[in-house]
Amino acid sequence: MTSKKKTNAEPSETVEEKSHPVTEESKPEVAKKEESTLVPEPTFEKSIASRIVSKFGTKTVIGFIKPNRIRINTKKEDILDVASYMRDELNFDHAESVSGVDYPESKEIEVVYHLGSYSDPQLAKQILTLATRLPREDVPNPGKDSTRMPSLRDIFYSVEFHERECFEMLGVYFDGHPDNRRLLLPEDWADIPPLRKDFRVKGR
Amino acid sequence: MTTQLPPGMQLERVDERIMTLNVGPQHPGSGHMRLIIKVDGDYIVSCDPDPGYVHRGEEKMAEYRNYIQNIPHLERPVIHDSCNILYPYCLAVEELLGIEVPERAKYIRVIASELNRCVYTLYWLSIYGIFLGHSTMFMWPMGDRELLIDLLEALSGARVTHAYFVPGGVRNDTPSNFEERCLRQVNYFEKRLKEYEDIFYQNPVLKQRTEGTGILSRMDAIRLGTTGSVLRSAGVDFDIRKKEPYDVYENLDFQSQVLKEGDSYARSRVPYLDMLESCRIIKDALKKMPKSGSVRTKLKPNPKGGNDEAYRRVESGRGALGMYVVSDNKIEPYRVKISVGSFRNMICMPYLLKGEKLGNMPAVYWSLNYWPVEADR
Repeated sequence: MTSKKKTNAEPSETVEEKSHPVTEESKPEVAKKEESTLVPEPTFEKSIASRIVSKFGTKTVIGFIKPNRIRINTKKEDILDVASYMRDELNFDHAESVSGVDYPESKEIEVVYHLGSYSDPQLAKQILTLATRLPREDVPNPGKDSTRMPSLRDIFYSVEFHERECFEMLGVYFDGHPDNRRLLLPEDWADIPPLRKDFRVKGR
Repeated sequence: MTTQLPPGMQLERVDERIMTLNVGPQHPGSGHMRLIIKVDGDYIVSCDPDPGYVHRGEEKMAEYRNYIQNIPHLERPVIHDSCNILYPYCLAVEELLGIEVPERAKYIRVIASELNRCVYTLYWLSIYGIFLGHSTMFMWPMGDRELLIDLLEALSGARVTHAYFVPGGVRNDTPSNFEERCLRQVNYFEKRLKEYEDIFYQNPVLKQRTEGTGILSRMDAIRLGTTGSVLRSAGVDFDIRKKEPYDVYENLDFQSQVLKEGDSYARSRVPYLDMLESCRIIKDALKKMPKSGSVRTKLKPNPKGGNDEAYRRVESGRGALGMYVVSDNKIEPYRVKISVGSFRNMICMPYLLKGEKLGNMPAVYWSLNYWPVEADR
C-alpha cells in the first residue's frame, strides 16, 4: 500500500520544478498543465506529514504521500491525540467520510477518516487520510466485542452520521459516540454487519 | 415497558405535552426518508432523521463486479445526476489503473456533467416549487428539463441513466450536430433562467416563507462538514471545481457562487446561480473543445488496480461527491465508499429544524438539496 508507481517522471521536469521555490499556492502555468499533473512534487504534503511525524514520532506511520493526498496510520490508542493535533495545529476542520474496510485475513478492520479543510485556503486541495486498525472477531457481536475505538465526534463534529453508518455496516463500536444506533439498516436486522467480507450476497 | 416493544417502536402517553410526528417515509413532503419530529404546539423541539428506506447496498454490490461492470449500477443512487456520480469513480479508477484521458473526452465530460447538474437542479427546483405551493415552478423546470435531457439523450442514448462516463474517457463521441444544437438549447435555457428569477426568486410569497428560516451560520456550516449549496450559501467559498480542479475545469471561465445569508432562501438560490454558471461553462467548453480526436482510451480486458487506494471528489449537484476506491490487485475493487453530499448535509437537519415552526419544515428541508436515495446509497 505504501508504494506508488509515479516513477515515470521525466528527470528534466523534476529539476525544473525544484529550481524555483514551489509553494502549493503557486499558479500552475496553463501551457504546462499536462506535465505538472504527471510530475508530482508533493513538497507541501511532505511538510505536513513531517510535522505530524516530528510531533508524534513512532506513534504515527506515513502510509503514502501523493499529490494532495496524505495518509497517516496510527494506533487506536493515539487517534484522539493525533486527530486533535490535526484539527488544532494543522487546521483540518471537518471529515468528508468515514469508511471501514474489512481485512479478514489479518483479522483486522481498518477505519479510514478523510479529513479536509474549509477554513484554510492552503489546504483546500488536501485530503488527509487518517487510518487506524482494530481487532476483528470471527463471530461479531457489535457493541460488545473487541472491535471498538474512541469516537472522533468530539473533535470532528461532522463524523456523527458517518460513524453510525460504520457501526452498523462493519460492527465497529465507537466509544463516546452519543448515538450509537442503526442508521440505514432496518431495526430488526439480525445478520452480521453487511459490509464485512464474510457476509455473502445471496446468489453471488 | 418499552423493552417488550418491537425494535423501532416507542410508546407515548396521550397527556404528554410533546407530540411525536413521523414525517415520512410515505409522506410526500419528505421523499423516501423519515423525519421523527417532536413538536410542542406548533414549534419543533427535536428532529431525528431516519434514512435507509431505499438503501440498496451499492457499496457491497461494487465489491462483486469488476471496474467496468460497476459503471451502470453506481449511478443508481442519483439517476438525475448520473454523470456526476460516475465522475469521481472514473477519476479514482483512472488514478488506480494509470490511465490518461484524451483531451476531447475531458471537455465532453465537463459538458455532460454540467448539463446533468442542470437536469438535477431543475428536478429539485420543481419539487421545491411545488412544496412551497408555487405550481408554476413545478411546471416550468419540468418542461425545460426535457430540452437538456434531449441533449444528453443525443450524447448517450438514454434519458436519465446515461452510464456515459467510463474510466478512460466517455463511451462514445458526440453526434455530428451536437455542438450547435447544444449551444442553441443552452442559450434558450439561459433566457428561461432569467424568467425563473422574476417569477420565483423575486416572488414576495417565496421570500416571506424562506427568508430568515433555518439559518445556518458560517461556523456551524464548517463544523458540521456540510457541502455544496448548503456550505456556499453560508458564506464559505468552497467549490471543488475551483479548489481542486479536475479534468479541464481550470481552463474554463466561471465563478463559484457564494451567498452570505445562510437561510433557506440563500440555500435555494445557490443552485439556481450554479445553473447560470453551468451555462457559461458549457458555452466556454464548447468553444475550447478540440474539434476532433479520440474520446476514449482503450482498457485492457479485466484491468487490475494494484495494491493501492484513491480518493477523488467532484462537485455534484448536491455538493462534494467523493469516492474512495481500495484495490487489492484483483479485477474487482476491494472496497468502494461513496461519500455523498446528501448524506453529509443530513447532519444539519436537527440543527436547522429545532425551534422552527412545523409549517416551515418543507421550506427548510427541501432547501438542503437533499436526495434521499443518494444518501442511502
